[in-house]
Amino acid sequence: MSDRKKTTIVLFSGDYDKTMAAYIIANGAAAYDHEVTIFHTFWGLNALRKDTQVPVNKGFLEKMFGKMMPRGADKMRLSKMHFAGMGPKMIKQVMKKHNALSLPQLVEMAQEQEVKLIACTMTMDLLGLQKEELLDGLDYAGVAAYIGDAEEGNVNLFI
Amino acid sequence: MNVTKVLNAKGLACPMPIVKTKKAINELETGEIIEIHATDKGAKSDLAAWAKSGGHELLKDTEEDGVLKFWVKKG
Repeated sequence: MSDRKKTTIVLFSGDYDKTMAAYIIANGAAAYDHEVTIFHTFWGLNALRKDTQVPVNKGFLEKMFGKMMPRGADKMRLSKMHFAGMGPKMIKQVMKKHNALSLPQLVEMAQEQEVKLIACTMTMDLLGLQKEELLDGLDYAGVAAYIGDAEEGNVNLFI
Repeated sequence: MNVTKVLNAKGLACPMPIVKTKKAINELETGEIIEIHATDKGAKSDLAAWAKSGGHELLKDTEEDGVLKFWVKKG
């Protein structure tokens, strides 16, 4: 077993701002040389969606879910001041001004830093998301894999 | 001070100064010194905490015209 410290994050939220916080913490922890795991469940899975439509076979309800949820990190909503889409536009402009990385860039940076991105397979089924629709290089697992990482963890967050 | 490497992290927002510093220090040998320039106001607390946790030594830091400079010795 490695003696590196661990940071584990459960990302439940599908909001742009909350996801950004999760990924900033994950990238910071990776720079601290922690082994970092982000466990994406429910709406948090949307951060891992490819931004293009991927043709897959699914039922009517699953198709509806797929249409109603944001396709990828860049299309997520703000948890506050969404203003029918104006909020994200404004905050992205401000972020550019302050040279902050955008959410898709933070996800990419996390992958570059070898943050382990886990997609919860149970909620993938519920929301009708399939592997082909998600980014490459993910791990697929359930609660036991997460606990396996978290029980040795030094920092553990639910966002 | 014998600086092996200078890292320009000016204009970068959290968490990039730390992420860049981590990458840069990986390429150094133990005992070598890196000089970091940053403008993020949180960088001072961030770098001090990060260096301590990683076993590196923050030798010196200065602030001039809004630019924070740090000298870190790899541990």
